[in-house]
Amino acid sequence: MGFSKDQLLSQLQELEIDYSKYEHPPVLTVEEQAKYVSSSEGALSKNLFFKDKKHRYYIISAMVDTKVDMKVLSQRLGLGKGGIRMAPEEALAELLQVSLGCVTPFAVVNESARDVSLLLDQKFKNQTRCIFHPLSNNVSISLSTSGLDKFLQSVGRDPVYVDLEANPVVGKDQPPDLAVYVPFNSVVIPELPNNTPSAQASPPKNVSAEKTKPVASPKPSKSPGNVKSVVQNSGLSVFKNPEKFVEEILDKTSELLFSEVKGENVEALAETLRKRLTSEFTHLAVMYKNTAYSEGFYAGTQCQPKRP
Amino acid sequence: MEVDKKEEIASETSSEQVVNPWEVSAKDGGRIDYDKLIDQFGCQRLDESLIARVERLTSRKAHVFLRRGVFFAHRDFNEVLDAYEGGDKFYLYTGRGPSSEALHLGHLIPFMFTKYLQEAFKVPLVIQLTDDEKCMWKNLSVEESQRLARENAKDIIACGFDVTKTFIFSDFDYVGGAFYKNMVKVAKCVTLNKAMGIFGFSGEDHIGKLSFPPVQAVPSFPSSFPHLFPGMDMLRCLIPCAIDQDPYFRMTRDVAPRLGYSKPALIESTFFPALQAKNGKMSASDPNSAIYVTDTAKDIKNKINRYAFSGGQDSIEKHREIGANLEVDIPVKYLSFFLEDDAELEHIKKEYGEGRMLTGEVKKRLTEVLTEMVERHRMARAAVTDQMVDAFMAVRPLPNMFE
Repeated sequence: MGFSKDQLLSQLQELEIDYSKYEHPPVLTVEEQAKYVSSSEGALSKNLFFKDKKHRYYIISAMVDTKVDMKVLSQRLGLGKGGIRMAPEEALAELLQVSLGCVTPFAVVNESARDVSLLLDQKFKNQTRCIFHPLSNNVSISLSTSGLDKFLQSVGRDPVYVDLEANPVVGKDQPPDLAVYVPFNSVVIPELPNNTPSAQASPPKNVSAEKTKPVASPKPSKSPGNVKSVVQNSGLSVFKNPEKFVEEILDKTSELLFSEVKGENVEALAETLRKRLTSEFTHLAVMYKNTAYSEGFYAGTQCQPKRP
Repeated sequence: MEVDKKEEIASETSSEQVVNPWEVSAKDGGRIDYDKLIDQFGCQRLDESLIARVERLTSRKAHVFLRRGVFFAHRDFNEVLDAYEGGDKFYLYTGRGPSSEALHLGHLIPFMFTKYLQEAFKVPLVIQLTDDEKCMWKNLSVEESQRLARENAKDIIACGFDVTKTFIFSDFDYVGGAFYKNMVKVAKCVTLNKAMGIFGFSGEDHIGKLSFPPVQAVPSFPSSFPHLFPGMDMLRCLIPCAIDQDPYFRMTRDVAPRLGYSKPALIESTFFPALQAKNGKMSASDPNSAIYVTDTAKDIKNKINRYAFSGGQDSIEKHREIGANLEVDIPVKYLSFFLEDDAELEHIKKEYGEGRMLTGEVKKRLTEVLTEMVERHRMARAAVTDQMVDAFMAVRPLPNMFE
């Protein structure tokens, strides 16, 4: 059971961290939140939840107008271009134990999030106060960065502030500067489909509000709780298994998309492509596999025995 | 546990619904009462918790047929899932009686679902083509029924089965060896009287028919396929099929323990309604009762517009006032089978049922969905060569069948 908002707030009080609380109707986007919490109270934040191909997760908490370029971030983490993408909703529930639209640095208070890396925007330090959700999206709290730091240290975390807009060259002699923040452990969560398929509202039309995540497609081929099989991820299975094959193709497509197309809608577009094309492509891949097998099989029947 | 309440075939008159492998008709020209059927046959309903369990175990969304209650009944599916969760795999068994070259959408349903099961659970599959059955019942020549079997195999393959995990066989080709040994074992356990009771055979039927049921029973036993499952005699079997096939497998489940084999589990579907909605199921003998996989886009549009039974009202005014009768409306029923998007289906049902959407619009959407499906199938079918059929039907081991 995850930390509740009330538990968090009483924890803050216990630590004598000063904060102001604002209650409002549940909000899913920064725009909505801005209606209820004015910027005079503090700087609003946008909070993104990413995962990489090796099932390691990252919370990026930034000022609303900080440009977060996923391609750059991915390179700085040492994951190559297109190595990260928005984490699926299931991960939100399993690891951060918060609902949609509620990603927040405070989520690391949960034991389930112990392997999630938290990167905070350096620009927060210039603000007197910053605004985050305290594990619930019908409340916002504003507090100073020192307050946030004190809290993070109390749960055993070293607060990490990063210049999110920097775009340093990454190459042979310039190692990726954020690679040290990649979690040591990967996390396997049973990647379930949405529990409320029809009740689930489609992603808010205002895609530029990065606070919300596009609904991720259900992912194939992962046995629940079987850490070994995921971490091994033998390269051979990509060519044996049509679904893995298609995932590989769509990963590379997303990568290219991120590197060629500018703009904040790219992530959503990539997810849509993935969702809509996966089934179609898998069908084609199965047919291709069957054709190849059949040709090989036929060749086998015509095979001459080896000369002695 | 096995409740065989009524093994005898219900009387031929229309006062009772008739459901058996050779005839399906509803009571008094109405609709099939599936609750009564479950009760009569003694199988279980497939409920929400089972569907949720499947989603959990396979880490993916349940197939649209499960979500919409197309596959609605089962026997022992829970046990199969228990075993699977504990690491014990199973294999799938389904089949087709190749009676005609023309396949319609109703024929594809068990195959579409079986394909999903194969992918989701990562298990092997055997597909039986009962060319001998059709030769006997439809009085086809042996050659013709074998030819039809191969033609049907192509449509089946086009549904997207993985050749490294699928074995297709025709009875004329495969019966013999270990398969035949099991057939004899089964036959020894079923008296003539029992067979007549289950299948409705009479003194007028030729002995070929009488001896057929074991042929459809033994693919449920892994020892029938020594090239696939050597030394795996306790491997469980799950059979997706339409509910009219239940009698064969009731008999099989009865016999299995006596032979020291596990009982096969079943997961059963409703019938796909005919376009004109007359009681019963789509029939291959009336071309306008069904959408065929060979229909052109124009054919599909025509058939839906002309023959699909509408639940809409006679006049637009009346329709806007009362809304459509969703119980009898065929286009909405078809959409509930084939429209993937749950939200869109709900929307259509609401708008149409409350009179804001007209029949024409619903039919148009259905035409789009079916045309896309049929087109995709046709393309896949065109890619199936005789070589591919030979490969699927070759008696060969499947080394990676559980991957």
